[in-house]
Amino acid sequence: MKQFLFFVQKEFYHVWRDKRTMLILFGMPIMQILIFGFALTNEVKNARIAVLDLAKDNASRGIIEQLSASRYFDIGQYLTAAEEIEKAFQSGTVKMAVVFPSGFENHLLHGNQATVQLIADATDPNVATTLANYATGIIMDYQSGRRGAQPAPLSIKTEIRMLYNPQLKGSYSFVPGVMAMVLMLVCAMMTSISIVREKEMGTMEVILVSPIIPIRVVIAKMVPYFLLSAVNIGSILLLSVFVLDVPIQGNLGLLVSECLLFTVTVLSLGLLISSVADSQQVAMLVSLMGLFLPTVMLSGFMFPVENMPTALQVLSNLVPAKWFYYIIRNVMIKGLTFDYVWRETLVLAGMTLFFMVVSVRKFKTRLE
Amino acid sequence: MTTAIQVDHISKGFTTGKEKVSAVKDVTFTVGKGELFGLVGPDGAGKTTLFRILTTLLLADSGSASVDGFDVVKDVQSIRKRVGYMPGKFSLYPDLTVAENLAFFATLFNTSLKENYDLVRAIYHQIEPFEKRKAGALSGGMKQKLALSCALIHRPSVLFLDEPTTGVDAVSRKEFWELLRGLQAAGISILVSTPYMDEASLCDRVALMQEGKIMDINSPQGITANFTKPLYAIRSRNMYELMRALQQHEAVESCYPFGQQHHVVFKDDRLRPDDIRTLVTPLAGDGLEVERIQPTIEDSFMDLMHQ
Repeated sequence: MKQFLFFVQKEFYHVWRDKRTMLILFGMPIMQILIFGFALTNEVKNARIAVLDLAKDNASRGIIEQLSASRYFDIGQYLTAAEEIEKAFQSGTVKMAVVFPSGFENHLLHGNQATVQLIADATDPNVATTLANYATGIIMDYQSGRRGAQPAPLSIKTEIRMLYNPQLKGSYSFVPGVMAMVLMLVCAMMTSISIVREKEMGTMEVILVSPIIPIRVVIAKMVPYFLLSAVNIGSILLLSVFVLDVPIQGNLGLLVSECLLFTVTVLSLGLLISSVADSQQVAMLVSLMGLFLPTVMLSGFMFPVENMPTALQVLSNLVPAKWFYYIIRNVMIKGLTFDYVWRETLVLAGMTLFFMVVSVRKFKTRLE
Repeated sequence: MTTAIQVDHISKGFTTGKEKVSAVKDVTFTVGKGELFGLVGPDGAGKTTLFRILTTLLLADSGSASVDGFDVVKDVQSIRKRVGYMPGKFSLYPDLTVAENLAFFATLFNTSLKENYDLVRAIYHQIEPFEKRKAGALSGGMKQKLALSCALIHRPSVLFLDEPTTGVDAVSRKEFWELLRGLQAAGISILVSTPYMDEASLCDRVALMQEGKIMDINSPQGITANFTKPLYAIRSRNMYELMRALQQHEAVESCYPFGQQHHVVFKDDRLRPDDIRTLVTPLAGDGLEVERIQPTIEDSFMDLMHQ
């Protein structure tokens, strides 16, 4: 035991004394959370739009007022002729143009039907759709406000409630995703690199020619990374609760235990990589291509798994991060209990055991 | 038991790409207990491969070997317990201090610096002032002394040193060999490899290796004694021209540069120095000097290589 503790201490020295490792270990998680939280969001705020009001009556003015009052839109330009619309888009200053035809209110009052034209810049289709939806919503609000006392004879009202995330915040889905990504990088990449480094430096040669069972030295490597990951999990959760306002709905103890389980899963994956890789570059490439990409692409964090072709859906089951993402989303955001995620937990635990056994068996006690 | 290392017809090859390269070809030798045995040969002679086979890091393709009476294939754990191994590359942690490195290797062998201090004292004494310095910041000679201390920390009965003095300055090399003599006196059998011929004379016995084969095994004196042909050191003002002329001359068996001179062996060993002077003068130009000299191990090596 004393021996083991000394090995752990030695690993801590390695981590501590390498500034770049420290930066990756602690800087990256915080950077990622903040970047995803503030920069990479698909919510649209204060989009600049142009207005071409050919009607200039009460109805058009009312709608324009409401558009500009909402936090989604800033009216950046008032146009006077249809020809200017094209120019406004070409200059790139506006994302959408709202056009009221002449006699707008008249049509509304007497013909019972009036048209507003929404022209959106669809070079980014997601933003265009979102903007059009927002604008339609605002116009509908205006319409039902005007109808007021005299309701239309027949109308179906849809009432929408967004469960678990009423404000439709992007951070709700990426906090679990970033957590999976960070743990993947910190644990799998850093452990595999640090094991392979011993091979490259030749120290592994000396360790092998010693009475100790070499795998113990390697397992000792996992301890510091496990503890550092625990720190990272803590900082990510704190950041997401206090900076990004993503509440933890479920049991904190359960959430943390699931995170720690996943940490062990990726640590053993790192161990597995190190038994295959012979140089630090290979270890890094394998971790990035083999682990990081599937984590981003197939875990459901960027793209919903349900929309993928069947082959990819089947493949995604092999990605540990998919299960982790599912568990965390359910525990953290939905507040579900262990009863709902025990199956996924079992899958993760099984994967961990598998990686462990394979890498211990594959561990070479000779040089070839 | 009197043998520390027994190597019996060991062969080992590697496949690089499609080619199969044999690194060690049918090597046989014995190292006695308490002997300082040198493996001398240029880079690529197969020295490191042989070391790795003996330290159980590689499996030989054929042949058998034992260290301290234990088979290198069957008794891996026993061997790993009792040998000290210092690989060719600097194999310590550059980001750990001298003391931390030593403590790590002591822990690895379930021992401590205190327990075996008497054995490593002579060596460690010299690096002790730098105890708190990172190993990566040590000079080449200091690094090798630290590595040697680490290899000795568990009081091994057999010590494997793979090119311990490569890249180390002349003074440190001399000191290092003195340390090895001290260890030998403490009863440790040592197998050491080196590309430097001058170090071969410091061993009890040496094996000259070339392209995976052992060309000769003998004491340093025995090896040079086998060189019976008269050897001449020749120099003149224009050394390059002289070498080309000598190498093409029909009376010359071999000629190679050796420091400031050319070492030359003639086909006819009955030639007298005066005959040689007359023979060489037309080739040499100004400042000719001819001298009959005693062969060194390097001369023996060159000779064996040409056979």
